Amino acid sequence: MSTQRHSSYSCFLSYDQFAKIFDVLHAFDYEVIGPTLEQEAIVYGSIRTVDDLPRGWTDIQEPGRYRLQQREDDALFGYVVGPHSWKQFLFPPVSTLSTADRTDVGWQFSEAKQEFPKVAYLGVRACEIAAMQIQDRVFLEGPYVDHEYQSRRRQALIIAVNCTQAASTCFCTSMNTGPRCQQGFDLALTELPEGFLVEVATPEGEAVINSLESEDVTPEIETAAETARQNAVEQIKKELDTTDIRNLLMSNLEHPHWDEVAERCLSCTNCTMVCPTCFCSSVEEVSDLSGDHVERQRQWDSCFNVSFSYMNGGLVRNSIRNRYRQWLTHKLATWNDQFGTSGCVGCGRCITWCPVGIDLTEEVAILRQSQEQSLLESEQEADHLPG
Amino acid sequence: MNRNRRLIIFQDNAWVPSTAVIRKITPEIEGVKTFLLELADSQVTRAYTFRPGQFNMLYVPGAGEAAISMSGDPDSSRLLAHTIRFAGNVTRRIGSLQVGDSLGLRGPFGTGWPLEECAGRDLILVAGGIGLPPLRPLIYHLLAEREQYGRIYLLYGARSPEMRLYTSEFQAWSEKGLVIKETVDRKTLGWQGNVGVVPLLLDQLEAFDPERAILMICGPEVMMRFTARSAMQRGMTSEQIWVSTERNMQCAVGMCGHCQLGPEFVCKDGPVFRYDQISPYLLVEGL
Amino acid sequence: MSKPTLAVFKFASCDGCQLALLDAEDQLLAVAGAINIVNFPEASSRMESGPYDIALVEGSITTPRDAERIQQIRRDARYLITIGACATAGGIQALRNWGDTAEFMRAVYATPEYIQVLDNSTPIAEHVSVDFELRGCPINQHQLIEVIQSLLAGQVPRTPRHSVCLDCKRRGTVCVTVAQGIACLGPVTQSGCHAICPSYNRGCYGCYGPAAQPNLISLSTHAINAGDSGTQTAHRLRNFNAYATPFREESQRLKNQSEEEA
Repeated sequence: MSTQRHSSYSCFLSYDQFAKIFDVLHAFDYEVIGPTLEQEAIVYGSIRTVDDLPRGWTDIQEPGRYRLQQREDDALFGYVVGPHSWKQFLFPPVSTLSTADRTDVGWQFSEAKQEFPKVAYLGVRACEIAAMQIQDRVFLEGPYVDHEYQSRRRQALIIAVNCTQAASTCFCTSMNTGPRCQQGFDLALTELPEGFLVEVATPEGEAVINSLESEDVTPEIETAAETARQNAVEQIKKELDTTDIRNLLMSNLEHPHWDEVAERCLSCTNCTMVCPTCFCSSVEEVSDLSGDHVERQRQWDSCFNVSFSYMNGGLVRNSIRNRYRQWLTHKLATWNDQFGTSGCVGCGRCITWCPVGIDLTEEVAILRQSQEQSLLESEQEADHLPG
Repeated sequence: MNRNRRLIIFQDNAWVPSTAVIRKITPEIEGVKTFLLELADSQVTRAYTFRPGQFNMLYVPGAGEAAISMSGDPDSSRLLAHTIRFAGNVTRRIGSLQVGDSLGLRGPFGTGWPLEECAGRDLILVAGGIGLPPLRPLIYHLLAEREQYGRIYLLYGARSPEMRLYTSEFQAWSEKGLVIKETVDRKTLGWQGNVGVVPLLLDQLEAFDPERAILMICGPEVMMRFTARSAMQRGMTSEQIWVSTERNMQCAVGMCGHCQLGPEFVCKDGPVFRYDQISPYLLVEGL
Repeated sequence: MSKPTLAVFKFASCDGCQLALLDAEDQLLAVAGAINIVNFPEASSRMESGPYDIALVEGSITTPRDAERIQQIRRDARYLITIGACATAGGIQALRNWGDTAEFMRAVYATPEYIQVLDNSTPIAEHVSVDFELRGCPINQHQLIEVIQSLLAGQVPRTPRHSVCLDCKRRGTVCVTVAQGIACLGPVTQSGCHAICPSYNRGCYGCYGPAAQPNLISLSTHAINAGDSGTQTAHRLRNFNAYATPFREESQRLKNQSEEEA
């Protein structure tokens, strides 16, 4: 995506014209990754034509449960977010960091040779753009730059889609990340019964649109798009009160509620794997049979993995309580110290894809309630002290 | 503490090691040896400098990487000293290497000891066991410009007399103005010195200015906690105390998540922290 | 220097884990370079007596004779590694530990008095000290090679202890429990199989035994709340690793609970 300033404008694409966008993208050498039906879910995968999109399908989500359901219309993007996130393409689950070869003059090390094709990511939601920008801070904006992530990010064309509906697990409005895509895209679409309102934000996005026959946006289209987007806002019922959340969590590190969550938490790593911002990884040695060529592979890992905190023959976080506490406090509190932003975008994946349906917004609410209760009690006690 | 200081990276890519060749191996105590490493690329050698308290990632292909503090003189660093205890898979493999063998090296990483805080003050260095190597570069550095500091102490605790590191250098260090006080957990025949835990040495220390002294500690976490507590009982504040912490490290650049301790990445925000900044997290069990 | 010797021993088992080793033979020879396989019933009838550097033990202890035989193997081996669900957890045959062995014998054999068996099928570690337990039904040959390599190099094997879920996610498999309501032991089962079953739209059967620190009570409570019976939930745990402590205790708890309710 281009970072240069570009005055954005809007246009309208009919469904017929939109169907041609795939040929245009391919002609510009983009591989297209987008939503498609697979494994009883809407996942992100390679898209060749408009027919690969989940036309007429939607998703019903609640804690620990996800089901596909047929829509009454032929919407192409009439779902929310699924089990996959774009992180699997920008920060792949397994990748080679460096290689080592034994030579006459000792070990020689080099960067893993990789090709980074141009990729158009189609159907990126506002919360997902926010997630990419959070991972940018981790991999690009600290004192060190991750080369692989940087190369993949540079090759990305972001075609966003505004949500026109929400799942029961969505809470982007609490995290200020959506549902409307505000920035961070090349093109942003709002799906309407006759086609798409398209916001064109960058020269790369414009080049794609210029290859199609777009129309001017009428006031009626503008109004219909606004209504559709507002529909998503109104459907969001879940809330996470983020007021002073860092201190709420960090001043309750010994709260008994962590034990209560630990009774339910499986420490199975699902929440961290589906989270679009979680970035933890481990490095494995992969050696050929002779041991003369060794690759260092980075794999997604999780703070819920028992061995993640292994040190000097012991484990720092040797209980589910400690691991859940680490995840939640990192995500919602210490992430702010580290990267100047929350680690949560409110996409709700960790709620839907937890096999036992643990809902972080409820856990935080319980901590908050308990804190308020004890404040109240201490005030009452103070009132009863002899003056 | 300058968090965003751009550190030297050998290769443009922080993940790619440079080749280092073992030039000398010195046995120290049972299970501990010092390796002198030379970087194979002379350009890299010229560019390489480190601050006392920083570490390198040493890499044995097939076995993996280990974070090891430099233990040599930071002001003459053509050969990089690493004193290594053979405890885990990687360090045991390093222990099986010979002079002339090569390995991978990435670094230097992390913050160092707070040199800028030390001038004109009494300095108390506290080491427990294998915690002395990360302090040795500091000792060399301080003694090389001895006149800039007040009294300098090394309080050193080891499990037993024969588990003490670098004893052959103690005489020279004393002559240059380092006051060394030692204790062991378990005495053996011939040991005339103290027996007991390290904080006792601090409790017995008389001549220092608690209001201005700087305390720098490296050792097991429990020892660091008790030493800091003793120091605070002596009137020092937690802003005068610095500790070197340890966690699982894999990337050393704040991207893999393993070494988190509360908001800190021990690899890049540490390993040396001022005690008031890290103790709220260090004191929470299992954080 | 003579080559390190490796011997394979079979107890009550299906031989599947030996076959995994047989599949890995090229790798084994190349990796260990100079390994000398002196005893490997599935591959050769040649048998050499101990001592051995590494003894790989497949199968569980089910007869008085086997209970004695394992003692000698332990004495002969520098490292004793148990391989597979039978050797590490008693195997599928440990299901009899909940039944009446004498009754089974009468049902199966014409003259049961000729058969000498123990009441329980038990893991090797209940009889002798074991240096490393490699789980799986069958074992993963790459993990086995890594274990042998590590032990010969004086290192601790790096067999992962995390859940199957982590592997599902790394390979992009959608959770079958959440998306389809299929019961799955993935969250409490140790990785090692590359999460095969969920990738074929089936729940995990727990072939690699309990993951580290598994929260079985939460998983079964959730299954029961979702409509499964306690007995169904218990039976899911009573499979190849039924007698592995966490699975055994949880299935027993569920059974007891069901009986109380009944």
